[in-house]
Amino acid sequence: MLTQTIDLQKLVKSEKVTPRRERKPVSQVKTEYSNETIWMLAVRDDRDRGAFAALFDHFAPRLKGFIIKGGASPQQAEEIVQDVMLTIWRKADMFDPHRAQVSAWVYQIARNRRIDIARKENRPMPEALKEEPELEPDASQILGLEQETTQLKCALAALKPEQREVIEKAYLGELTHQEISTQTGLPLGTIKSRIRLGLQRLRHELKDLTQ
Amino acid sequence: MSAITHHVPDAILAAYAAGSLPQAFAVAVASHVSLCAHCRAALEAHQAVGGVILEDTEAVAVSSSLRNSILDQLDVPFTPEPVYERNGIYPGPVIEAMQGRAPRWKKLGMGVRQDILSADAQGSVRLLYIPPGQAVPDHSHNGLEMTLVLHGSFSDETGRFGVGDLEIADETVEHTPVADPGAACICLAATDARLRFNALVPRLLQPLFRI
Repeated sequence: MLTQTIDLQKLVKSEKVTPRRERKPVSQVKTEYSNETIWMLAVRDDRDRGAFAALFDHFAPRLKGFIIKGGASPQQAEEIVQDVMLTIWRKADMFDPHRAQVSAWVYQIARNRRIDIARKENRPMPEALKEEPELEPDASQILGLEQETTQLKCALAALKPEQREVIEKAYLGELTHQEISTQTGLPLGTIKSRIRLGLQRLRHELKDLTQ
Repeated sequence: MSAITHHVPDAILAAYAAGSLPQAFAVAVASHVSLCAHCRAALEAHQAVGGVILEDTEAVAVSSSLRNSILDQLDVPFTPEPVYERNGIYPGPVIEAMQGRAPRWKKLGMGVRQDILSADAQGSVRLLYIPPGQAVPDHSHNGLEMTLVLHGSFSDETGRFGVGDLEIADETVEHTPVADPGAACICLAATDARLRFNALVPRLLQPLFRI
């Protein structure tokens, strides 16, 4: 149903890239990676401490706010922030910008740390997919994912406040799976349609990795 | 291997991403995602939503010492967590639940065997070995039950389940899964309540023991 119009140019990071043709007009066409992606790649590939400090300045206060919202005390929250930031540094090689935005990757780590601490057992995680090391980064894929995340952000911002609140609760881990499936105010359908493009893209990406 | 046709419902995947799924189900979902690119893409999309919510969270200032304390720890040696790789038919999260050991089968009667990987008040995770053509022993469960096929296949009133397929049944689903002829069926079964097999109870009495 969806026809992909991906610019097949393979480009190295931080070079300008011709914007791929859009299905829908978007207010701004991104031609460069976001700061977070650039910092994260510098941490992953060059063990760049300055870039890590920049990531800290960006994410640590947000993570603290996010974890407090999830019910932790400010002191507990700082301990978890410390844990999450060190995990970002230590597991940087697991970051794959073709499949996840930095924020999504950090979210996943933050949820893991929170659960590991609360339950005193590790949260079961899917097997990691191994990226082919010799593959050149596909800039159009990385930028496309960033762009779709921007669209997702707009979609979430356009929700009614009460819907937005339910979504926040769900992703903060405050709703059970039964509550998520029965919440009438939860526009999972809306979200799903907004992330469909991203899903198509991710599936395409994953097909190569899972034989 | 035939294509996976029974996937994780969206509400359960969202709960898994948020970490609010009980541990037993998290093992089943992580195992399914390890085998299923479709659900991995959907999971990564849920993580993208979580990432956007994290990005939009109101920042809370972190204490001034935290930044330097973390930067000072970057060089501290650390022991990486063990990585549990897939082994034969068992995906990484199952190997993790077995802590790297091989299955320890215990006879349940009629050629059926089980290995309880974990069981407590919050739920249980077990492996089941069902000989070809044999029915899964009648059992009682209060809440939800997830069954992931790892080898062979089974069929019940709701359809046929092959390798990688995940069946989700609640207490309203009356079903009698039967291993298909040909190969033994090995499944991972997770419940959020105590599961009790009634194998020793005469068949006529079984309805009385059903909860």
